[in-house]
Amino acid sequence: MAYIKDKGGCSRIMQTYLVRKFKDKFAYAVCLACVIVAVIPLGSILFEVTKNGLPALNMEFFIEGPRAIGEPGGGIANSIQGTLILIGLTSLIGVPIGILSGIYLAEFGNNKFGKIVRLTNNILAQFPSIVIGIFAYLTIVLLIGSFSPLAGAIALAIIMIPIITRTTEESLKLVPNTLREASMALGIRRWRTIMSIVLVSAKNGVVTGIMLSISRIAGETAPLIMTILGSQWFFSGLTEPMDALTLRIWRLALLPYDYAHTTGWGAALVLIIIVLSLNILARILTRSKFVLRGV
Amino acid sequence: MDENMKYPPKFFLSVDDFFKYILGIISGLVVLTLFFMVLELFRHSLPVLSLKFVFGVNWNPVVGSEEYGILPYILGTMVTSVIAIVVGVPISLGIAIYLSEMAPNFIRTTLSFIIELLAAVPSVIYGLWGLFIFRFWVRDFIEIPLSKYLGFLPIFQGEPFGLDILTAGLILAIMIIPTVASVSREVLMAVPNSQREAAYSLGATKWEVIRLGVLSYAKSGIVGAAILGLGRAVGETMAVTMVIGNAIGAAALPTSLFKAGQTMASLIANEFNEADPTSLHPNALVGVGLILFVLALTVNLFAQVLVWRILKIKEGAVE
Repeated sequence: MAYIKDKGGCSRIMQTYLVRKFKDKFAYAVCLACVIVAVIPLGSILFEVTKNGLPALNMEFFIEGPRAIGEPGGGIANSIQGTLILIGLTSLIGVPIGILSGIYLAEFGNNKFGKIVRLTNNILAQFPSIVIGIFAYLTIVLLIGSFSPLAGAIALAIIMIPIITRTTEESLKLVPNTLREASMALGIRRWRTIMSIVLVSAKNGVVTGIMLSISRIAGETAPLIMTILGSQWFFSGLTEPMDALTLRIWRLALLPYDYAHTTGWGAALVLIIIVLSLNILARILTRSKFVLRGV
Repeated sequence: MDENMKYPPKFFLSVDDFFKYILGIISGLVVLTLFFMVLELFRHSLPVLSLKFVFGVNWNPVVGSEEYGILPYILGTMVTSVIAIVVGVPISLGIAIYLSEMAPNFIRTTLSFIIELLAAVPSVIYGLWGLFIFRFWVRDFIEIPLSKYLGFLPIFQGEPFGLDILTAGLILAIMIIPTVASVSREVLMAVPNSQREAAYSLGATKWEVIRLGVLSYAKSGIVGAAILGLGRAVGETMAVTMVIGNAIGAAALPTSLFKAGQTMASLIANEFNEADPTSLHPNALVGVGLILFVLALTVNLFAQVLVWRILKIKEGAVE
């Protein structure tokens, strides 16, 4: 750093150089600061949810439903049950449709129709989920005449399908063509090749997509407001309102009682554990896939 | 893959063609869904749609004196989204530059992982955190100093409370960071290395390489990433609903950042279950949904086109 010492007598070029050097360091510091600013909220959310949520966790919390409003105690078992039912129903609808349309796009999608489907999926993946909720309300809830877990599941499936379609398409495209050709050379039909050879080789990617989409829909609240409504009771049929963790957190947060807030943080802790563990597991799976791809 | 490889057809359709068409129909379902969504939203909001609906400021769902004007909520959505973009995009861009140009390899992997986790946190948890924690940060560290030193400006009028338009905008800024940062990182990494080498060969410093060689090349892709973030901010519901204060009617006009407001999405979330089915209230809320739909569709289409263009250049450059 000799040039800094003789700064007083240095030439103009040297001065410009120092300014440029300073700008370079400054830009680096600014970028690093941006990273730190973004990490603070995540750290704070994880910390607060754990700190405030842990005291709420006990046996009662996991096996009982909520008591009357204003009366402390009770649990969120009905909300956990509702979220699990929703995940199940949604996967039942969304996973087959998502995988099959992903297969179509990867294997037959090099045409105009494929392009339209891809664009629609991209749009739906970024779409306001509350509008999807209104759509499910207008079509399913008005048709059945009552709030229903089914309407919630259909709304969530519309959110789930684009995610699965995209990951399935991408992981199928990573399967080397030699596999398809080898299978064709043995006289195996195209559909059989796709279903039992290509899809099986790409299964890690497909499973990743399914897990990512489940972690996404488990955290959705907005489309559930007008489809399953939320309820104090456990699941009681497909034409009755049902509860979900996300809805419960929202309702509890808006109540003016301390016990409700504690329960809300507890429910948030349960939800964040479900969502993040699925998400992290999915990403670890993908990482091992990339290793395989290099082989 | 080869279209010439056809088996001798035994029936009207070969098994393979049958398979292909079934898959085609299934993948067409999403297109059909989007189409029906427009249709249903339009059909149900028809009774309230008028110029007065879009430009009115009064909101009164009481039967007999019903009046539905959604201008305050459209403006509320716009103002919160603009705050989100103004605050969130520069931060995301900084992260993207750090990740693609500056960070050592092991930090890069961990950090992208952490940023992606930020996207995985459900929005209702952002809302909970915003309502009980972040709100006080905004009030104490941003709003009180602003109102003390810049309180004479019209946009900083009012008592700092923490449940207002500014908090909603800032929470949206945090929520769009993962989207914008990961897309702009992809765009920056798609910039061909010859761009960087050319700048280095002229004796540029690292920052000059980034500014002259990389950023100017990736401009349109970054704009696309920002617009994708805008799309997310426009439709975000729960976190906003929980911190924006939920004003109604003319009171929701965003004249000051320190005022309770309302966005289109938060209005729907707050009122949908309370709406009387015999009145026009549900139709008005569906109408709000329709406007939101149109807005989100426009924003998303625009962003897709911009991002596609730059990522296509990359594909061409690799080959």
